Amino acid sequence: MSTPFYVSPQQAMADRAEYARKGIARGRSLVVLQYADGIVFVGENPSRALHKFSEIYDRIGFAAAGKYNEYENLRIGGVRYADLRGYTYDRDDVTARGLANVYAQTLGTIFSSVGEKPYEVELVVAEVGETPEQDQIYRLPHDGSIVDEHGSVAVGGNAEQISGYLDQRHRDGMTLAEALKLAVQALSRDTNGSEREIPAERLEVAVLDRTRPQKRKFKRIGGRQLGRLLEAGGAETASEAEDETDSGGDVE
Amino acid sequence: MEANTRSTGRLPAAFLTPGSSSFMDFLSEHQPELLPGKRTLPPVQGAIEAPHGTTIVAVTFPGGVVLAGDRRATMGNVIAQRDIEKVFPADEYSAVGIAGTAGLAVEMVKLFQLELEHFEKVEGAQLSLEGKANRLSTMIRSNLGMAMQGLAVVPLFAGYDVDRDKGRIFSYDVTGGRSEEQGYAATGSGSIFARGAMKKLFRDDLSEAEATTLVVQALYDAADDDSATGGPDVARRIYPIVTVITEDGFRRLSEDEAAGIARSVLERRLEQPDGPRASLL
Repeated sequence: MSTPFYVSPQQAMADRAEYARKGIARGRSLVVLQYADGIVFVGENPSRALHKFSEIYDRIGFAAAGKYNEYENLRIGGVRYADLRGYTYDRDDVTARGLANVYAQTLGTIFSSVGEKPYEVELVVAEVGETPEQDQIYRLPHDGSIVDEHGSVAVGGNAEQISGYLDQRHRDGMTLAEALKLAVQALSRDTNGSEREIPAERLEVAVLDRTRPQKRKFKRIGGRQLGRLLEAGGAETASEAEDETDSGGDVE
Repeated sequence: MEANTRSTGRLPAAFLTPGSSSFMDFLSEHQPELLPGKRTLPPVQGAIEAPHGTTIVAVTFPGGVVLAGDRRATMGNVIAQRDIEKVFPADEYSAVGIAGTAGLAVEMVKLFQLELEHFEKVEGAQLSLEGKANRLSTMIRSNLGMAMQGLAVVPLFAGYDVDRDKGRIFSYDVTGGRSEEQGYAATGSGSIFARGAMKKLFRDDLSEAEATTLVVQALYDAADDDSATGGPDVARRIYPIVTVITEDGFRRLSEDEAAGIARSVLERRLEQPDGPRASLL
């Protein structure tokens, strides 16, 4: 029997963190921004089928960067958690804070248990409130910590540079078109500082819109509506999105 | 693994196991005691006294379907509730109306709504209308044990089929048997009378406004001959619940709209108590 090399706990954890960070950095970044009427999710996603953003519950949305199968697993777990909680208690008892806690515990346990490979994912859980002050955005890195974010947040490969860019330019009360334009500008900056064009069809955009009359506030934006918003973002007088090209709607 | 959603601990393994997109399947593996069908009644003598909901009617028209219900719940010879709501949206393009044991029925609807929403969120697409109707069938079947003891739930399911561009109605029996109805359908204690009225008044080319009037007429006739069905209560301003599903989705008529229809029906009935007359030949 061979004696294993001694690896200090610090080194072991650092190795695992390094492994997870590298995995996340391979994925494309995405940003989540507050705007006047809600929260907008913007990311570059060439795939139409594999979503980075989705609905968890009435007011709660989910965004993830990293390895698809791992965050998809967490997303479905979150939907099950939220639906079960809403079924056992009430729809109002499902909160982003509760969900973020569960995700943090889950990611943290997986990260620190030696038998399991750390998840290469970074999540954002956002909940839109009645007013912008009540909006909540939580960022959940791979190790199970929770970061309470305000205004804007970026996750994924180039996250640090993008959030720096956003922090300087994001302000409260932006219109959807303005927020969208800022998000696209931030995403199109490369690591070396040069800019590239992201065509509208490679963008995945979704919003949690507090003005939506339905209980479920999550809505995907695509096609013509996205084109119009991107154009409007260029002009100063940005008109709000009116028509419905939504996917996840329901009644009252 | 501990099955406790209140704790803020790690998600139990069942939550992260890939598998079915059905919330009911997930519940039956993770917390089967929460499923209505998994409960058993202790043996009881005679019938169990519990509020019963009564009449639900549905009518299709070109471009959609109307589903409506009266507002009465009875317990034996007593009116248990005057303003019960028995018609619910199931999702954006369908609605369900329930007759039978009110408590169980409301729980069944809540689970059915969640089942559809859960599927939509997990899969990113809606179930087909047939798929939804079949899901409801399974739920009624799982209640068979209770139904045998007198606690039956018999819904009527109506929806707009976005693939075929038309409104459709599905009726059920206590064993979960499902059948698609052409034109119109009714369920509950007053359904015999309501169906008779609809048979004489139904046409293929009804407008939405005519279809909503037709269902109120049918409910009036049901209330006329069935003591467990409530007619429009003008004094208390309690009117039938009328819902319309078209390609624009589900819409419940506002209190004022429903009152307007009910009042115009009532007005005519003051002169002609038996309602509109069909020609003999």
